[in-house]
Amino acid sequence: MATILNIQNLSKTYQSAGRTLTVLENINFSVEAGSTMAIVGPSGSGKTTLLGLAAGLDRSTTGSVELNNIKLDQLNEDQRASIRNQHVGFIFQSFQLLPTLTALENIMVPLELRGEKNIKPRAVDLLRKVGLGDRGHHYPAQLSGGEQQRVSMARAFINKPQILFTDEPTGNLDAETSRGIVELIFNLNKEAGTTLIMVTHDLELANQTGRIIKLKGGRIVSDETTANSN
Amino acid sequence: MDEKRGPNFSWLVKMAWRDSRRNRSRLFLFVSSIILGIAAMVAIYSLGDNMSEEVDRQAASLLGADLMIGSGKQVSPAIQKMVDSLGDRRSEQRMFPSMIYFSKTNKTRLVQVRALGGEFPYYGALETVPSSAGKTFRNGQAALVDQTMMLQYDAKVGDSIKIGNVSFVVAGTLINAPGQTGLSASVAPPVYIPLQYLEQTGLSQKGSRIVTQFFFKFDEPVNMEKLVDDIEPRLDIEGMSYETVETQKQNTARSLEDLTDFLSLVSFIALLLGCVGVASAIHIYVREKIKSVAILRCLGAKGRQAFLIYLIQIVVVGFIGSLAGAALGTIIQQFLPIAFKDFLPIKVTAEFSWSAIGQGLLLGIVISFLFALAPLVSIRKISPLNTLRLSFQRFSLFKDPVKWLVYLAIIGFIWAFCYLQIKEVQESIGFSIVIVIAFLILVGSAALLMWTVRRFFPNRWNYLWRQGLANLYRPNNQTTILIVAIGLGTAIICTLFSIRAILLNRIQLTAQGNRSNTILFDIQPQQKDSVIALAKQFNLPVEGTVPVVNMRLEKVNNITGEVLRKDSTIKMRRGLFDREYRVTFRDSLISSEKITKGRWSGKREGPSGTVFISLDENYATNNSIKIGDTLTFNVQGAVISTIVGSFRKVDWGRVQTNFLVLFPTGVLEEAPMFHVLVTRIESKDVSARLQQQMVQRFPNVTIIDLSAVLNIVSNIIDKVGFIIRFMAAFSIFTGLIVLIASVMISKYQRIQESVLLRTIGASRKQIFYITALEYFFLGALAAATGMFLSLGISFLVAKFMFETEFILKWVPLLIVFVSVCFLTVFIGLINSRAVVTRPPLEILREEV
Repeated sequence: MATILNIQNLSKTYQSAGRTLTVLENINFSVEAGSTMAIVGPSGSGKTTLLGLAAGLDRSTTGSVELNNIKLDQLNEDQRASIRNQHVGFIFQSFQLLPTLTALENIMVPLELRGEKNIKPRAVDLLRKVGLGDRGHHYPAQLSGGEQQRVSMARAFINKPQILFTDEPTGNLDAETSRGIVELIFNLNKEAGTTLIMVTHDLELANQTGRIIKLKGGRIVSDETTANSN
Repeated sequence: MDEKRGPNFSWLVKMAWRDSRRNRSRLFLFVSSIILGIAAMVAIYSLGDNMSEEVDRQAASLLGADLMIGSGKQVSPAIQKMVDSLGDRRSEQRMFPSMIYFSKTNKTRLVQVRALGGEFPYYGALETVPSSAGKTFRNGQAALVDQTMMLQYDAKVGDSIKIGNVSFVVAGTLINAPGQTGLSASVAPPVYIPLQYLEQTGLSQKGSRIVTQFFFKFDEPVNMEKLVDDIEPRLDIEGMSYETVETQKQNTARSLEDLTDFLSLVSFIALLLGCVGVASAIHIYVREKIKSVAILRCLGAKGRQAFLIYLIQIVVVGFIGSLAGAALGTIIQQFLPIAFKDFLPIKVTAEFSWSAIGQGLLLGIVISFLFALAPLVSIRKISPLNTLRLSFQRFSLFKDPVKWLVYLAIIGFIWAFCYLQIKEVQESIGFSIVIVIAFLILVGSAALLMWTVRRFFPNRWNYLWRQGLANLYRPNNQTTILIVAIGLGTAIICTLFSIRAILLNRIQLTAQGNRSNTILFDIQPQQKDSVIALAKQFNLPVEGTVPVVNMRLEKVNNITGEVLRKDSTIKMRRGLFDREYRVTFRDSLISSEKITKGRWSGKREGPSGTVFISLDENYATNNSIKIGDTLTFNVQGAVISTIVGSFRKVDWGRVQTNFLVLFPTGVLEEAPMFHVLVTRIESKDVSARLQQQMVQRFPNVTIIDLSAVLNIVSNIIDKVGFIIRFMAAFSIFTGLIVLIASVMISKYQRIQESVLLRTIGASRKQIFYITALEYFFLGALAAATGMFLSLGISFLVAKFMFETEFILKWVPLLIVFVSVCFLTVFIGLINSRAVVTRPPLEILREEV
């Protein structure tokens, strides 16, 4: 199977109060297309920073990130934005919906950014798939947390991404809602054949993916496949 | 799928529309700050357009004739011959200051007498009540008297007034005359009498300060340009001036343009103030939009696209604000001709001006765009990483060169706007620098306040005071914008009060102590002893009289008036040779003058000795005259050559007989002269009685009573002050709107912490006190900074412009201070009342 994400010698440092703070150090791994993977670790271990770098939201200090055979470090921010729009989907812990857009409008934005036409039927279809067929005209503030996360999922899948990054997708939800959301993520992912990279604290959730990378102090301390690995 | 294809402009507009859904009222609040500024600009531009049209329409009636020739000296036979040959109809007017005596009330007043012969005005009319009086007064021993003076002196048509030796019946009240403004009438109210009675008044004696004007009407069209070219050299030689309809039109248009340019600059300050409000509001808006922009960036929007979405919002809202401002300006414009009537020599009808509205709209869009651009460019730099970690980044001005370019563009725009109004490169640079410095001082004061409060925080104070004080420097504070907005408004108002006080004080000073306060002019040599005797009857202190000789300057070394007119490289003032010099002679100096350069002997050595004169040093410097230069004077026909022997520093602020040119004794004793007497009168009653008797017995003597001058100056300052206050009101109200907008915007910032405080047990009263204290600190500091700024400006104006003592009138400043503090606290509390009066959860659900 082809490699969709290849990370080599990746490190990230910040300057803080005149001191250099190393958040990630010498990270190396690659991800095969269509696979699922979780990044776990304690708070401050660098999980979210790694997700940001892998998704092209930020630039590494050293090393390289290759997404779908495109070297992200050689691109400027606008070029990386274009790559995200074409190949990447996101689901965030705090949903990150645009508060002034309705649920349907939120879902359509990635395709509108591509300049595509006649996208409304696709957005309505996805909204129905996530169980919110009748809530398309509602604003995020009028939806519950679980409903907002469903809209976020529909938005993540509308551009048929090759890779989906999720950051603690159930972190803000109760247990029952979380179960429904997780089930939906995996179902949609399977249906679309998307690569899934999930950052989470929840080991039970991580175990539902095929591989778990454990971070500690900015380094990979373990990289194991799970029972769900194909 | 075409990967390079992206969203088109219509999507950006759609997103701008979508994004504005929850913010429209707030966006409108941002631009409401510029509405008054635009309204002021549109109103002033419209007034300018209306005036320009009226000047074109009324040009002939401004002059009242096709051509006017005037002179401040006796008309020579050659000129009289030329005058007699010009035009189909002619009128003659002689103007001079004189005393008028109201027989019914026994009161006197200094007026400008206009002795008129002929049918003038040929265009327009002398507006009178009754209307026929403007024509009929010429047929008998009758006069037209200025309407304000008629009211002040309780005079009626049919009453009798005395000018010189002649009594006139008041035939009518003079409402308006060609080219006259309310302001000029209040300085020297005009009284028209028929020319044929001038001789009998005894006021047209040799040496009197009479200006003669000839008005010409041409029944057939004449090439006026050619005619003027023909007569101009002869007029120049005689030191005479001329006006045609065209020159009058140009002069009036130019002075009205100066007025509208000045008013535009004052309005511009209001607009700039509003723009600072816009910039500050957009800055907060952008901070609130970081999350939305980061999401869009995360989903694939480019920095430019995110920036354009918000730019479109601002430009559209700026356009709407400008439209509202233009509409308000058009309404205000209807009242401007009434407000400015004292300054306008023509009647102006308020008419709709599309060009003024267009300029206002353009200005509003450009200025809201420019000022919003500074905070908006930060959007380009918002990282998508903010979706994962909010507040990931802070904007730094120094790291984004585009921001510096925007600030440069703003300063460039301010300069360009000033230049378009003033048309002077250096002055517009000066004005821009003053504005930038004023802004920097206010911004610096805010920064200093925040630093001081943080550095010396009073940890032992009561919790409520500490909380209110800490709000001044905590994140999302409104300290800078409020101090700039309120401080600038306060500075304008306080400067106005201070300058008024300085001007009035300057005149009052001259009347204090034992200084003289009354001057009697035009005393003829044969009247001298009798006038002194009369003054002594009233027990007035009199130390003799001062002789005054009228003369003209013919040459400075070899430079004549004609040479000066032709050679622009000579650094002498234009009027040097055109004016009439009133000169005295004495052998000693008086207390208001001292020699600063050269030597003063005071006496001519023998009848053929060199005449060493002394000049006022400023006058000499301004005209590049040096010690040892030869000045040739024409003393009513006799040519006298003099050498500049010394310079004097003269205190012109003192009521004494001060002169630019001082002759030694032994030169002018036989020349035609009049005398001046200076004295001090303690009571108004004595002053009135002296004036009555003086006018009765010596009608040619002009009396200047300093208290009357004080009233006139006070009146002028009030009238000018009204205009400035009228324009400053735009700044003040803009400041209030910026204050309201800032408070409402900061409400969103403050609401969470206030609700949190209430949730953990703070009472309504405590929240109320914290809010009130925060706004009190802001209002007090802003007002104090504005006041100190105004004191600095007033000090500089007093020292360098008026060269007088700087005085401080605390009472009006304190009233402004208390008012500003009260308004700030009041508006702050009104807009924050929701936090105080409603349940925390209700507010959180609704507002956050």
